[in-house]
Order: sequence, then structure tokens, then C-alpha cells
Amino acid sequence: MAYPAGFKYTKDHEWIELAGDRGRVGITDYAQQQLGDVVYVDLPEVGARLKQGQSFGTIESVKAVSELYSPVSGEVVDVNGALKDKPETVNKDPHASWMIAIKLTNPGEAGALLDATQYQDLIK
Amino acid sequence: MEQATEAPLKKTPLNARHRASGAKMVPFGGWDMPVEYSGLSNEHTAVRTRAGLFDVSHMGEIEIAGKDALAAVQRISCNDAAKLAVGQAQYSGLLTRQGTFVDDLLVYRLAPAHFLLVVNAGNISKDYAWIADEIKPAGDAVAVDASSRYALLALQGPEALNVLQPLTGIDLAGIKYYWFAHGEVANVRATVSRTGYTGEDGFEIFVPPQSADKIWLALLESGKAAEVIPCGLGARDTLRLEAGMRLHGNDIDETTTAVEADLNWIVGWKKDDFNGAAALREQKASGVKRKIAGFEMLERGIGRHGYDVYVGDVKSGVVTSGTQTPFLKKAIGMAYLPTGHTAPGSEFDVDIRGHRTRARVVPMPFYKRAR
Repeated sequence: MAYPAGFKYTKDHEWIELAGDRGRVGITDYAQQQLGDVVYVDLPEVGARLKQGQSFGTIESVKAVSELYSPVSGEVVDVNGALKDKPETVNKDPHASWMIAIKLTNPGEAGALLDATQYQDLIK
Repeated sequence: MEQATEAPLKKTPLNARHRASGAKMVPFGGWDMPVEYSGLSNEHTAVRTRAGLFDVSHMGEIEIAGKDALAAVQRISCNDAAKLAVGQAQYSGLLTRQGTFVDDLLVYRLAPAHFLLVVNAGNISKDYAWIADEIKPAGDAVAVDASSRYALLALQGPEALNVLQPLTGIDLAGIKYYWFAHGEVANVRATVSRTGYTGEDGFEIFVPPQSADKIWLALLESGKAAEVIPCGLGARDTLRLEAGMRLHGNDIDETTTAVEADLNWIVGWKKDDFNGAAALREQKASGVKRKIAGFEMLERGIGRHGYDVYVGDVKSGVVTSGTQTPFLKKAIGMAYLPTGHTAPGSEFDVDIRGHRTRARVVPMPFYKRAR
């Protein structure tokens, strides 16, 4: 699966798609492959304030539970409620399955994240 | 679950095949094993609806032979091996004096005075040392760790018989559940046992290590039309849990007795004496404080191994196994609960990472195949 060139990536295998001072966050194709069949995605409430690298929720597959880490600091402005009923979409289409939308408090942080080429080198 | 130690991981004769086939490999009980081939749910479903092929060569094989072999097995194994005819197998436990599990195992009677014990991978050296010591008073019997002489393949699922039959002269339909026969599979000498750890019909096939790859490929080729696929330890675990089968190291160990684990049926109560007999008889007569029970989650979440169980506000037990089952599509598990609280329908809470989550006791097995 292609890693969109317009996304930024973390070493913890999250992606963020930025638009101005906002971004949508999900997990990468590599991450969903490692997790296997996703059965639950637990997400925060709108309004939650996150620091870069802070856990914003958990994702649970048949095999294991993993934390989800925020790529940037900011406030949660939207949550993808559809994942509650259809968590398997994270496996089917990980780069379209955004989990939270975040309003960045420190947009400079995003600059230090990996680009698609760097991320694909990381998971080689 | 047994974790890998510092020592280099051991490899089964099929290791190169797993790696070449792109299986996801993990350390398990000191072995480098495939956890997943095409995906856990896919593999699980294949076994329930068609058939799946597992490499379980990491399992240990300990043989006990000699004039007093039966007496030796009777001492160390809690089930009644005298009930076994030659060609028959039984599930059993190696118990401490306290009636707790050193390991669980299958006991095969190869000949009147020759037994094969199949034990868990992570316990082979511990079991062997323990067995060799414990059988000394039994007389003329020796134990040999024969693990390196066997590769073990498990072909499991409703299509298993149809897939295996063209490769062997053994009349598979003539082998009853928990019986075995010697013969050839793909022109290689093999022992075929109608046993498994999935809750499905199927066979476990003991073969010489040098022929394991040949037979593995022959089985997949024969199973092509039925869409038989290779499966990993991940599916093996979810399948056995749906079938209500205990996993040593999770559901049973040296702190839990056969009575607490609700495995009275594998105890040879009428035998004269065996390891743990006195302790188990005492527990059977006066009862135990806790017992294992199957449960399903009533609220969203999966109660997993090690999570605490609460009855009301009181911490009352622990989850020993738990998963979301790919076939039944619900969260199930096993837990030790206070004895008064193990009746089906009883409700309790599992502490899932800080959230008290409702669960209900249900009868095991969770899944039972149609016969």
C-alpha cells in the first residue's frame, strides 16, 4: 500500500494529514499489518488536550492492545465515531481511517516528523 | 505464556519454509515460531470451515519404556494410563504433590510397555528432568527426551480427513478420536493421531524431521482444492480458547490444581497413588475456594490474561485467557472465580486498563463442532 506523500509520519507508526493549523491522525498500513484484525478503537472526547507523544487512545486487535500516540500537541476538535462500529476499516483502508482531528498548538512540531520516504526507510 | 530466554531461539525443521513463505515469526517458549501466515482471523476461519495446517514441531516428545513403564506413567501422569489400549491416547497432567500443574500433556500408548508423552515446548527440559527423577521408584523404566527425533504437523478442520487420505494408506475413517495408527504419509513413515488443539476434527502427524518439509508441501498441495492454508500460533491460541481448552502457563500452572482448573475428568480417581492424589482427593471431598470458568464480555472490551476480576468491589480473581474470537465474534475468556460465583449466568467485572467492564459466566466450550 502506498504511503501518501502529503502525510507526515511518526516513529510510532501514526500519520497526520495537515491542513493549515489542523490535522487528521491515523495509523499506518505497517501498523495495521503488525496489529492484525482490529476489534476496538478507543478514542478521546472532543476537547481533550494532548501533548506531542501523549497517548490519545488505544487500539485493540485480536492479538493485543496498543496505545495511540499523538504526533503533535493540540486540542481534539473531532473524533471519527464511525470507527466504533466498524473498527475493521483500519485494516482495510488505514490511510483513510482517520481517528482524531487535532488543532495544533505548536505547528512547528510537525516539521520534525518523518516524510513518506523517511518513514518507508524506517520500516524497511 | 513462556517467554524466550537469553539462549538463541530453537528452530523447527520447517523454519526455513515459514520464513520463505512470509510468515510473521515470534519467539515462543524458546522457539522461533510462525504466529501468523495470512492473518489470524483468516486462518481461524479456515480451520473452522475447511482446514488449516500447523507446524507444532516445537512440542516435546518424551518416551518412557521398560518392563515397569506403565507403573512409571501412572505415578507421574494424573489420568489413568491403564485404560489406554495400544494405539490410544489421553489428555493428562504432570502434577506436583499439591496437585498443581508442572505441565499438561498427551499420553500415547505405543506398545504395552512403551509410552510417548507429548509436552509443551517451553517445558521440555523441565519436564524431562522432573520425569526422570519422579519415575525412579517405579522400577524398570527409563525416560528419553526424543523431541529431536520428531517433527509434528497438525492438520485441523472438517476437510482434514479428505485432504490427508489421498496421501496415506492408513484408513483414516477407521481411526477414532484420540486413537492413532502407524503408516506412511507421502511415502514417509509417520504416526497419524486423531487429536488436536482446535476443537475441530483433524490429525496430528508425527514424522521424521528430515521429511517434515516434504510432507508439509504435500499436505498443502493435496489441500489446494479445499483451500487449506498454513496457520500460525495466533490462530492456534484463539481456536483452542473457543474450544475451552486450557493453555499451560496461562490457565493452568504450578499454582493451580486440577480440581480448581475443573479438570476432574483427567484425574484417575480410582488409581492407587499418583503425584498429587492426596491433595486432589482432599479438594474433591471438601471443595475448593476458586474454580476456572468461561466468560463472555457483556460490555465493550476484551478481558485479557492477567486482568483482575471483581465481584462487587472485591478483587476476587484473575483472567487467565481472553480474546475476541474470530468465529463467534465476541469477547470470551477464562478466569478463576470464587467457587460460589462460577455458575453460568453469574456476572462480574473485569478491570480492563482501569475500566470495570461487565462479564458473565457461560458454559465451556464456547464453540462445539457439529458431529
